[in-house]
Amino acid sequence: MLVVKSVHTYYGNIHALKGVSLHVRKGEIVTLVGANGAGKSTLVNTICGMAKPSRGSIEFNDRAIEGLPPETIVRRGIALVPEGRQIFSAMSVEANLLMGGYIHRKNPGQVREDMDRFYGIFPILKQRKGQLAGTLSGGEQQMLAISRALMSRPDLLVLDEPSMGLAPLVTREIFAIIRELKEQGRTILLIEQNARAALKVADRGYVLEIGKVILEGEGPELLEHREVKRAYLGKGAKQIWEA
Amino acid sequence: MTTDFFQYIVSGLTIGAIYAMVAIGYNIIYSVTEIINFAQGEFVMLGGLFAVFFAGPLHFPLYLAFVCAVGMTGLVGMAMDRFVIGRARNASVMSLIIITLAVSIILKGGAMLWWGKDPHSLAAFSTGGPIRLGGVAIQPQALWIIGICALIIIALTLFFRKSIYGQAMLACANNPDAARLAGIPVKYMVLLSFVLSAMIGAAAGVIITPVSMMEYDRGALLGIKGFGAAVLGGLGQFFGALVAGAILGLAESFCAGYLSSGYKDAVALVLLLLALFLKPEGLFGSGEARS
Ligand SMILES: Nc1ncnc2c1ncn2[C@@H]1O[C@H](COP(=O)(O)OP(=O)(O)OP(=O)(O)O)[C@@H](O)[C@H]1O
Ligand SMILES: [Mg+2]
Repeated sequence: MLVVKSVHTYYGNIHALKGVSLHVRKGEIVTLVGANGAGKSTLVNTICGMAKPSRGSIEFNDRAIEGLPPETIVRRGIALVPEGRQIFSAMSVEANLLMGGYIHRKNPGQVREDMDRFYGIFPILKQRKGQLAGTLSGGEQQMLAISRALMSRPDLLVLDEPSMGLAPLVTREIFAIIRELKEQGRTILLIEQNARAALKVADRGYVLEIGKVILEGEGPELLEHREVKRAYLGKGAKQIWEA
Repeated sequence: MTTDFFQYIVSGLTIGAIYAMVAIGYNIIYSVTEIINFAQGEFVMLGGLFAVFFAGPLHFPLYLAFVCAVGMTGLVGMAMDRFVIGRARNASVMSLIIITLAVSIILKGGAMLWWGKDPHSLAAFSTGGPIRLGGVAIQPQALWIIGICALIIIALTLFFRKSIYGQAMLACANNPDAARLAGIPVKYMVLLSFVLSAMIGAAAGVIITPVSMMEYDRGALLGIKGFGAAVLGGLGQFFGALVAGAILGLAESFCAGYLSSGYKDAVALVLLLLALFLKPEGLFGSGEARS
């Protein structure tokens, strides 16, 4: 479904991605783990059109998408839940969802239906629908950001560190949501620093280090990998990572 | 004595409505782009002079001259974004603001070449003398000004609250990256903000011209006063602009009536400075300007 082939991305003269390749098949959850500054966000931004690759190709549903603007890529069926959630904080919860469905604005019935579905899944959003989104708690904002992304009815959902800055209990809740999305048969690319939790839910995983994929494999297999254990699950890994 | 007082209120509210419309023009562009568009006053001037052109040499009926003047100025706003602001999109907000100053100088120069330096007049929207209420004389044009201002504000409020495009504009203002990820074409929303602001400014210019005439260099002062109202009301706040416009208009009118009309133009600046010293986020502001 998604095929990324030796993509290079620069910020000025910082070489943030040095030939990254990966793929996601339909119905899979694939996770990308790596330390701070490894280039995870750069990779998802390159996939979603927020950053332009200087070399390499990205194919989605058999069409080239590299270098297209984000407005076009979301229409092709990739939705991103960006790092730090990036909700429309000065707008109401309901307006946030409405904006998520912007590309389907010609079909208000469908948008309404989707909105009601997410209100059903996350009753807290329904309770708070008239409230400014910036007043929600971190976990609620993350639920809103995920719902907003799903409002575009994507084929592929990309989550960039959904557990960032959340308390352990809330992190666990977010992973429960991801597991649920998996059961619905959605295709997900999950970026996480929380390697253990991510590899547990994922079918496959990639490990990114300073702009390169250094390891890839099945989720459980990577979980047992000596290198991964040393670098991401070892002594340094804190308790709060245990979701 | 009391009739004077009410007379000043009427004229204050009339000019206040104009300031409010100019302020709303600033607010629309500011809320989508964070740019303060110093060409906003020129939109007002252009609106008035285009109306003079359509109604005078071209002999259009007044309502058609109004519509055409607003449309032409909208095109100027579109051109300003397409050919100037849009070309410099990677520039910082500060340089974009300076670019708008340059645009205002060009528009003013162009207007001087086309319309000359003399003030031009336009017929009032309805004929007949002032309406007398007690001892207070109300010019019909004052009612037109307040009525059109009210209509525009109602329409804009509905647009930003109810229309998906209005909401999308607010989303761009709130978080442009997230807006693009949701598929909202930020570029077009910025363009739309320039067109809308230009049209609202132009409408203010058309309706004020029968009262005070219009000349090529009127934009600067109207622009500064509208900016004062925008800051006083809190940048980006529509309701604030309305209230601040009224306050400014009333203050000027009382100053002219009870002190001297010579000080009138200073009132806006004094209020602007007071606002910046005492409450930089404006009366209804969100506190952004303070940080
Ligand atoms: N806008 C930018 N301008 C310049 N350099 C950047 C920019 N964004 C990221 N970088 C650099 O690119 C590299 C990769 O950053 P990126 O944000 O992709 O890392 P990450 O893996 O997502 O890290 P984190 O876990 O902290 O989110 C880092 O060295 C970072 O400093
Ligand atoms: Mg990141």
